Amino acid sequence: MTDSLDAPPPEWAPSSDDAAATGGVAPPLAVEARGIVKRFPGVLANDLVDFDLRRGEVHALLGENGAGKSTLMNILAGLYRPDAGEIRVDGMAVAFGSPRDAIAAGLGMVHQHFTLVPSQTVTENILLGLDRPRFLLRERRSEAEVADLAERFGMRIDPRARIWQLSVGEQQRVEILKMLYRGARILIMDEPTAVLAPQEADDLFATLRTMTAEGRSVVFISHKLGEVLAIADRVTVMRRGKVTAAGLPTAGATKADLARLMVGRSVLESLDRSDVELGPVVLDVQGVSASNDRELPALRSVSLQVRAGEIVGIAAVDGNGQGELDEFITGLRPCTGEILVAGEPVANRSAATVLRQGVAHVPEDRTSVGSAPNLSLTDNLIMKRYREAPVARGWLVDDASARTLADGLRETYRIAAPTVDTEVRLLSGGNLQRAILAREIETRPGLLVAVQPTRGLDVGAIESVHRLLLEMRSTGAAILLISEELDEILALADRVDVMYEGRIVGSMPVAEAEIGRIGLLMTGGDEEAA
Amino acid sequence: MNVRLEPRTATPRWLSPAITFGAVVVALVISGAIIAIVGGDPIRSYLHILDASFGSVGVLSDTLVKATPLILTGLACALAFRMRLWNIGAEGQFLLGAWGASAVVLFPLVPAGLPGIVLIPLMMLAGMAAGGLWGLIPGVLRARLGVNEIIATLMLNYIALFWIQFWVFGPWSQGGFQQTKPFPEAAWLPRLTDLADVVPAFGGLTVHLGLLFGLVAAGLLWLFLERSRFGYEIRLIGDSPRAARYAGIDIGRRLVVVFAISGALAGLAGMSEVNGTVHRLQDHISPGYGFTAVIVAYLAKFRPGRVIVAAILFGALILAGREIQPSGVPSMIQGIILFTLIVGDVLVRYRVRIDRGGGAPVAPSAAATPTPEAG
Repeated sequence: MTDSLDAPPPEWAPSSDDAAATGGVAPPLAVEARGIVKRFPGVLANDLVDFDLRRGEVHALLGENGAGKSTLMNILAGLYRPDAGEIRVDGMAVAFGSPRDAIAAGLGMVHQHFTLVPSQTVTENILLGLDRPRFLLRERRSEAEVADLAERFGMRIDPRARIWQLSVGEQQRVEILKMLYRGARILIMDEPTAVLAPQEADDLFATLRTMTAEGRSVVFISHKLGEVLAIADRVTVMRRGKVTAAGLPTAGATKADLARLMVGRSVLESLDRSDVELGPVVLDVQGVSASNDRELPALRSVSLQVRAGEIVGIAAVDGNGQGELDEFITGLRPCTGEILVAGEPVANRSAATVLRQGVAHVPEDRTSVGSAPNLSLTDNLIMKRYREAPVARGWLVDDASARTLADGLRETYRIAAPTVDTEVRLLSGGNLQRAILAREIETRPGLLVAVQPTRGLDVGAIESVHRLLLEMRSTGAAILLISEELDEILALADRVDVMYEGRIVGSMPVAEAEIGRIGLLMTGGDEEAA
Repeated sequence: MNVRLEPRTATPRWLSPAITFGAVVVALVISGAIIAIVGGDPIRSYLHILDASFGSVGVLSDTLVKATPLILTGLACALAFRMRLWNIGAEGQFLLGAWGASAVVLFPLVPAGLPGIVLIPLMMLAGMAAGGLWGLIPGVLRARLGVNEIIATLMLNYIALFWIQFWVFGPWSQGGFQQTKPFPEAAWLPRLTDLADVVPAFGGLTVHLGLLFGLVAAGLLWLFLERSRFGYEIRLIGDSPRAARYAGIDIGRRLVVVFAISGALAGLAGMSEVNGTVHRLQDHISPGYGFTAVIVAYLAKFRPGRVIVAAILFGALILAGREIQPSGVPSMIQGIILFTLIVGDVLVRYRVRIDRGGGAPVAPSAAATPTPEAG
């Protein structure tokens, strides 16, 4: 089945079974992953990744969203199977078929989204899915076991409480207990502090330290530099599916170092950025605050401006409020505060009103917000224009002019689709994005709000999207570019605003921007750098 | 060996109709097996069904009479389903339509002695209005309060049923029987047999004007769905509500309108049935047209033109129910067809993949490894 001649040459010595041969008297490794490759349609999520976890350490895994951290950990936890590579746990080669196999080998993962039954008690949730007790539940005994375990690791929890009565921090403790009860010696925590209040995070860190003191190991996925330095012994940094720093001791590291490793600096294509004379302020956001879907504050009094002929980049790590910012501006979410487009208030107006105000939008989710996957290319290209002539003819859609329009756009923007009747779910990511941009640009907007316009695209497609954005800028449009790719912002934007926890924490012209400083601001590490 | 379902990346044009056809064939095979198990002769049964539904001009006409309410209720369902609105209430809207039409002549709302050319359009309007209002209730509930429309429409069917029974047993009862007095003849929809004086061949043919309503409605609905701005919006909402919102469409408002039109179509079916066949309101005017309509709409893939074909097929099955013993056989076939259609849908969207050998990790081939950082 496997043709070994086609396999890539391994970068490690495949014959050396003995880890000690390379490391002398190094402590035994709890987990050793070598040459992990995982590919998803259109994305190489893990590209020959190596990862070591020692016994008794907290090992942070740092990286931007989409860097491949979660993929790697899901492989270790048995959720995904790697396309290539090998994993050893305590020196033994393993191939997990399911999370159950992983936990049997002592590897447990606590996910960001908990998997608890709200109406059941803590103890019942912990027992759920276990083979023992076989038939009769001896609740008292199990409760006592859970209480002992919780106490041993310094977790305050009532084993008889029902999940719905618990705070998020307490629910997280239940998830950890679930893994410990199953005998996990290696705990993987996926962004555990994202849902915690600062005090709860301190409690969690204390618990993790008791665990490592017992010789257990913890992998701590995060993109907050401060807490990585506070809790981790070593840190591995990933970027675009590759490891950029492997097992760096945190003792000597600084936030600036880590930020640089995390956001990196690859050579982007050279772009023609002609100077454009700035026009009047097109987008004026004044003191906007709002909550996200979980009723948590998403934006805290955000103010920003974009002028005609200007690209303003919003740099932020995923989950810091930038993901919703576009929807407040385009009328898809309610907020408090004032948003003006060309002097007209648009906050809390309908999406149709904002559209008429000349606001175009490239949303983050291009497959179910930016397009209707099972409708034809034509139907998708007229989405913003079917209300006006020539596509609209009275109450009808003029099929002929819709197709003429679609054919024209397909030609001009080089959208590779067999015909304009092709359903857009069959287009590649780059072609779909070109189609969306074509539609939005051709509405001749005064303002374009673009979110992650190149996420998941290949190099050629990224370049063509960048060209389109710069062409728009030179025609005097104002562009708000929200991206997690710092390279992209630095290559395209005139100004960069950095968001952290719903606030604009820094704003500077790109010409004066320094990547390390932006990285620090993005990750909340600006205290000493300021 | 390992059987998996994989999403298809491309769907050939012929696949969907082929699978629909295949689903019907498979359903007939399964039904045939069941008939054989209980001791019947499936081939003879099917031939008999064919003969009883399409065997002569007379029975063909009867089939079309049964198909008429199915076309209209099928269109009602197809419209709503196009927007992913699960209107299971065509039965209730049908009954309300029949009631609304009856109200015009039974209350009466208009002076007696109106000619048909005035009376029939009035009754059509009344039937559509009553059915439309019955559709509006779940529509508003869903748009304003997020009430699940499947539950709401299903429940409203029962209310409609008892509403009809109240009127035919009570205020409108003719001499204590569970039926009203007959409508004035001006209200009867013209039948082909009425033209027997001019065209003798039409003698005895019961096809009535309602069939024309169905055909015209299918044409209009096609125009509405495939060519109008509103239809475009419905298709957009049906495929991706978030994309529709992004395009500036007020989904709640569209939802209410679609439910009202869907109800009005089913209401017209009810009017056409009482005015075209029974000529009075009575209990049991529908053998479940509104429920069969769900299957018709599915079989037609929610396309107005195909609704006509599917409705005729099911009209034939209903008609054959009179001929076949046990008479449950046609309903059984209907049920199995729905089942195979839904299973078939999976095959349109996914392809079945059979792996031989274990799922051992496969080493990537060097040539196939993309390098995003390259260049």
